[in-house]
Amino acid sequence: MQTRKKYIFLTFLASWLLLFFFGGDQLRRFAFLSVRKAEARRNWPRWTDRSLLKSFAEPEELQRDGDPSVLSPRERRAAWLSVHRSGRCRMETCFDFSRCERHGFKVFTYPQERGQPVSETYSKILSSIERSRYHTPNPEEACLFILSIDTLDRDHLSGQYVRDVDEKIRGFALWNGGRNHLIFNLYSGTWPSYTGELGFDIGQAMLARASSDTQSFRPGFDVSIPLFSKEHPQRGGNTGWLHQDSVPPKKKYLLVFKGKRYLTGIGSGTRNALHHIHNGQDIISLTTCKHGKDWEKHKDTRCDKDNVDYERFDYQELLHNSTFCIVPRGRRLGSFRFLEALQAACIPVLLSDGWELPFAEVIDWGRAAVVGSERLLLQIPSAVRCIHPERVLAFQQQTQFLWDAYFSSVDKIVHTTLEIIKDRLAPHRSRSRFLWNSLPGGLLVLPDFSTHLGDFPFYYLQHGYSPSQKFTAFIRVVSQAGSLSQPILRLIQAVSGSQYCAQIVVLWSCEKPPPPSGKWPQSSVPLTIVQGSRKLSQRFFPFEAIQTDAVLSLDEDTSLSTSEVDFAFLVWRSFPERIVGFPTLSHFWDPEQGRWGYTSKWTNELSIVLTAAAFYHRYYHSLFTEYLPAGLRELVDGLAACEDILMNVLVAAVTKLPPIKVTQRKQHKEGVAQQMEVEGTAGSRRFSQRQDCLNQLADWFGYMPLVSSRLRLDPVLFKDQVSVLRKKYPSLEK
Amino acid sequence: IMCASAKYNTRGPALIPRMKTKHRIYYITLFSIVLLGLIATGMFQFWPHSIESSSDWTVEKRSVHDVPVVKLPADSPIPERGDLSCRMHTCFDVYRCGFNPKNKIKVYIYSLKKYVDEYGTLVSNTISREYNELLTAISDSEFYTDDVNRACLFVPSIDVLNQNALRIKETAQALAQLSRWDRGTNHLLFNMLPGGPPDYNTALDVPRDRALLAGGGFSTWTYRQGYDVSIPVYSPLSGEVDLPERGPGPRRYFILSSQMALHPEYRVELEALQAENGESVLILDKCTNLSDGVPAVRKRCYKNQVFDYPQVLQESTFCVVLRGARLGQAVLSDVLQAGCVPVIIADSYILPFSEVLDWKRASVVIPEEKMPEMYSILQSIPQRQIEEMQRQARWFWEAYFRSMKAIALATLQIINDRIYPYAAISYEEWNDPPAVKWSSVSNPLFLPLIPPQSQGFTAVVLTYDRVESLFRVITEVSKVPSLSKLLVVWNNQNKNPPEDSLWPKIRVPLKVVRTAENKLSNRFFPYDEIETEAVLAIDDDIIMLTSDELQFGYEVWREFPDRLVGYPGRLHLWDHEMNKWKYESEWTNEVSMVLTGAAFYHKYFNYLYTYKMPGDIKNWVDAHMNCEDIAMNFLVANVTGKSVIKVTPRKKFKCPECTAIDGLSLDQTHMVERSECINKFASVFGTMPLKVVEHRADPVLYKDDFPEKLKSFPNIGSL
Repeated sequence: MQTRKKYIFLTFLASWLLLFFFGGDQLRRFAFLSVRKAEARRNWPRWTDRSLLKSFAEPEELQRDGDPSVLSPRERRAAWLSVHRSGRCRMETCFDFSRCERHGFKVFTYPQERGQPVSETYSKILSSIERSRYHTPNPEEACLFILSIDTLDRDHLSGQYVRDVDEKIRGFALWNGGRNHLIFNLYSGTWPSYTGELGFDIGQAMLARASSDTQSFRPGFDVSIPLFSKEHPQRGGNTGWLHQDSVPPKKKYLLVFKGKRYLTGIGSGTRNALHHIHNGQDIISLTTCKHGKDWEKHKDTRCDKDNVDYERFDYQELLHNSTFCIVPRGRRLGSFRFLEALQAACIPVLLSDGWELPFAEVIDWGRAAVVGSERLLLQIPSAVRCIHPERVLAFQQQTQFLWDAYFSSVDKIVHTTLEIIKDRLAPHRSRSRFLWNSLPGGLLVLPDFSTHLGDFPFYYLQHGYSPSQKFTAFIRVVSQAGSLSQPILRLIQAVSGSQYCAQIVVLWSCEKPPPPSGKWPQSSVPLTIVQGSRKLSQRFFPFEAIQTDAVLSLDEDTSLSTSEVDFAFLVWRSFPERIVGFPTLSHFWDPEQGRWGYTSKWTNELSIVLTAAAFYHRYYHSLFTEYLPAGLRELVDGLAACEDILMNVLVAAVTKLPPIKVTQRKQHKEGVAQQMEVEGTAGSRRFSQRQDCLNQLADWFGYMPLVSSRLRLDPVLFKDQVSVLRKKYPSLEK
Repeated sequence: IMCASAKYNTRGPALIPRMKTKHRIYYITLFSIVLLGLIATGMFQFWPHSIESSSDWTVEKRSVHDVPVVKLPADSPIPERGDLSCRMHTCFDVYRCGFNPKNKIKVYIYSLKKYVDEYGTLVSNTISREYNELLTAISDSEFYTDDVNRACLFVPSIDVLNQNALRIKETAQALAQLSRWDRGTNHLLFNMLPGGPPDYNTALDVPRDRALLAGGGFSTWTYRQGYDVSIPVYSPLSGEVDLPERGPGPRRYFILSSQMALHPEYRVELEALQAENGESVLILDKCTNLSDGVPAVRKRCYKNQVFDYPQVLQESTFCVVLRGARLGQAVLSDVLQAGCVPVIIADSYILPFSEVLDWKRASVVIPEEKMPEMYSILQSIPQRQIEEMQRQARWFWEAYFRSMKAIALATLQIINDRIYPYAAISYEEWNDPPAVKWSSVSNPLFLPLIPPQSQGFTAVVLTYDRVESLFRVITEVSKVPSLSKLLVVWNNQNKNPPEDSLWPKIRVPLKVVRTAENKLSNRFFPYDEIETEAVLAIDDDIIMLTSDELQFGYEVWREFPDRLVGYPGRLHLWDHEMNKWKYESEWTNEVSMVLTGAAFYHKYFNYLYTYKMPGDIKNWVDAHMNCEDIAMNFLVANVTGKSVIKVTPRKKFKCPECTAIDGLSLDQTHMVERSECINKFASVFGTMPLKVVEHRADPVLYKDDFPEKLKSFPNIGSL
């Protein structure tokens, strides 16, 4: 082995020496020449008098860019209103902002009229709006109006086509020339040209349409939405198909397509060429001529063979097993394929020139899809082959994030549309592009809470922030006793003993007034009393008094020691987006009853941390109160002990991660366990109400967001056989 | 196919069985190289030496006044007006750009000419200082080509930066007669001051057919999204005045307006704001009684007070940028340079480079109608965010406004990104200031996934010659339910691994990989044989971990797939006396590292370790035969920003016939060496990425009073 190496080395040396002796001179000359040649590139000349050149504009001219003769700003804006109409509509000219000032962003849907057929899809859209927190039944309050007429399918050859829309619209007293109206549309135009024609006058209304083309799209006014099928779920929606980050991120096939080949007509240019890239190995591009009634009329020589190949592969299987999926235009620019590929984590390779991509106003598609050019189809294979594996892995993950955040249900598509429009109303209180394109997504980030990334629990690492060093203890008091009980006094003492405690806020939810300030224990941290009602949901109201990122939520009868609090807070700082706490529950699917159940018994798993003693980020108070619809909060107020489940469900829906349990001392745990397991009517009522709550929440979200964990975080030396003196938290082991 | 990307070696460090054929290939290639070399040399010897004398390559030394004059006949063709429906796929010829391995467009610049009309009158100034700078920048960039036939984009040397400085019809004629004009296809024009009185169009009025326009001052009606590029109006003051960056934070004034030629209507509204909010608002105007010789453009006045411009901009937190006759204003550049957050009040204005820059991070856009509410709107912005916006504003100026070069290169990059979208620059690269790029992480495994348990993990055992101990490890590990494959990395080149029949019989596949060299980094190679995401790295002497402990470790990894999840934990400490980092293996309350003698991690980190390890760390580790685990801890923490997870209680890691990790750790020189590693790595990474935590993961019911047989992982922590 070693000798071999020597040989190689020697031969190398000898041959180079030979080369140098015989041809060195020429080689050197050649090298010299090539350097000279590079220098000799005809660059832009360095003019000898370049320093004497005049500036493109005098400073005076630049700074005095005003001309008194021009229209006054007010006149100009008035003039715009008449010039920039319909096809040239912008928010400034066709939208009445003043309607949104008094009541904020409220959306009104026209009442359904009798005998008015509405497709399944459109009624899903309408009910999504009605489920949204922006819905109002009162047109006086409304900022945005949605028609009850089904405008989704405007292909007059289609069965869903609604006739005489113009006439119907004219009958609406609220129409107002279409101002502040939003019209949803999935299909427009018809054979053979499939233009954007809608078949009625939209006036100054905004369009939320699929297959928008960049030329007729009115930027900042219209919204491009994805094409989705009528089976698309109302809420929840299926999760993406990526369950693991495989490395290398390669699948069986590199690039696939399976679909119709148009023999004639619009879109046939691309579809007709797709078979060229098929190589039968890692690139599978299958087309069939079979579509429409008279396909055999246009049949060409490829058709028969192609049709046979076409049947050999299963579309779903290709989706599952390919790294990239070609998403070409159909007759229209958008296709179902786009969402299918996105869900399947098959990176879409878009071949649809001029398509205004769905929600492109806010979504950065360059991170999740390859935007190809129809004209460069043949370069696609080499282009995708050259994409770095790291980038492929990032693409795959981004498809899943986008699918889950904005597309997996009709609710999400509609709510995203509404949020985009809402963001336009107050540009200074809107989401930055970064927020829309990183986890957990724009819908879950409320710009009304803050516009600063550091105020949210999600972006610490990406932006190099860290959560605040202190926490607020937030104690809810409900007991009817007029004076302060022993447990709460002990609790205040224990909590205020923590070096990380910044303040204590007491939510006084009793009918009797709180004791005067003199009766409260003296502690080193400020104590604030907030008067509250008996509503359970109020516990998660975003009180102004809470000033730190971390909230330690407590019940008055919770018993905690200072070291427990200290340790849990340090753990929370490592997981600021999760709930970190002590007593836990776990949920499970009960196949016999066909419903969700939960248990508070000791199990090897956990998925809910009780908010009787838990740390979480204060942003979740805002999400709870402002993001969740009022209906859910009413549900919580009606049931005993459902609010903490809702909080856990909400946080799990946002983070997709389980909560974290930390070490607790024994006595405390028994106390809670006893409390939970109370036999008798009160206990079992509580149990069944919680169970109901869990099932209603799963129904509202459309899936069960809770995630289970099998671990608990303990101090590093917990119960290790080492001197107690070495341990930082010895008291936790008692 | 030529890819720009470095192809990963998917096979592994030259493995023994493939050695022989490889040698043959070496010989053959070697000899062919020598042969070819000799032939080439010979040919050169007898080649006519004509190449050298073809021309002399002296650099042109000419004056702008000497450029050739072109006379435009009155009836020479005029291009069509700009086509508002143009988009890349309709008006741009991508075939000219082609697929190339570097993913860079080629830009050609027409040579400079002086255009005159029939009567010999100049059509425009030949070239302005700024346009010359811009063309020089393009010419010096990677985009440039001097070969008109290979070009994808053409930049005319006709200067149209300022519409007021040219004659529209004649300039259009000049454009039309360019050699490759072809209706303006793939031609790029730069314009900063469009329109003229009285209606001040928001795009260049020169008819330009299909040419792309990089314009300052587009409105949403004239901007062809995805086709045109919106650019800043360059402020020549940037070159003249040096405003050093000022730290973020509150400044003397809250709102400042420095523009001189505001429409009276705006001025009235601004003055109303000032009246309402007092001294925190400063509305400046031109100075009326300046002595001669003082340039009016460098002074601003409020009543009798005189302020230096643009220095005064640094005194304010927010600076108003109102539209004038045009939408684009040079003052925006000055404001950004001063690190003042621009408050942009110009309805329908397309902000510079808005296709890639996230202006919400650097500016506040307020609709004209909402001007009276400006103060309260700005007041509602959190202080921390204002500070970030100040930094961001300054960064935008430095990167994209500072010089004509910056403007030119950003424009070309945007067009380049459209043509090669799969190689486009990311949002972060465009928008994050260097300080953020440094302090932030972008986790390559950012999606919160809990990998399916069914996948299992692959155990990778690095071994040299401790066969007996190795076999015991194999037997122990094979008891773990989720183990799906066992890979033995045989690092001993002088000894063959035992025969197949001697290996323990286990229920999962067992593969032996032989390495070419005894290197520690072989442990972290992304072997194709590893088919699971999860890798358990385990030393050949770790026999004390129970099956429950290993299975639990895997479960914990599933919940934290982007972290190192390991058993023995270690800590780094700052040694105040020595002023450097110190390695600590004592019983501490904190951990910041786990030893990879027994740790789970994602296979992705094997790629990172093998191909992306910064600096010379990899070689350093192989040369010292130590610290590969510390290097891995650094790498993972640096890329994810997260801490390690130590699982299960501490055990005595002892093995009868060998010096185990703990045994070794006690050795003094070993400790010194490990400390040295930490200091070395911290200096290579330029930071200390390790995160210190006080927690470890145990099963939910660990040490609880609960029947052991009902616990999922009863056998934890036994010695």
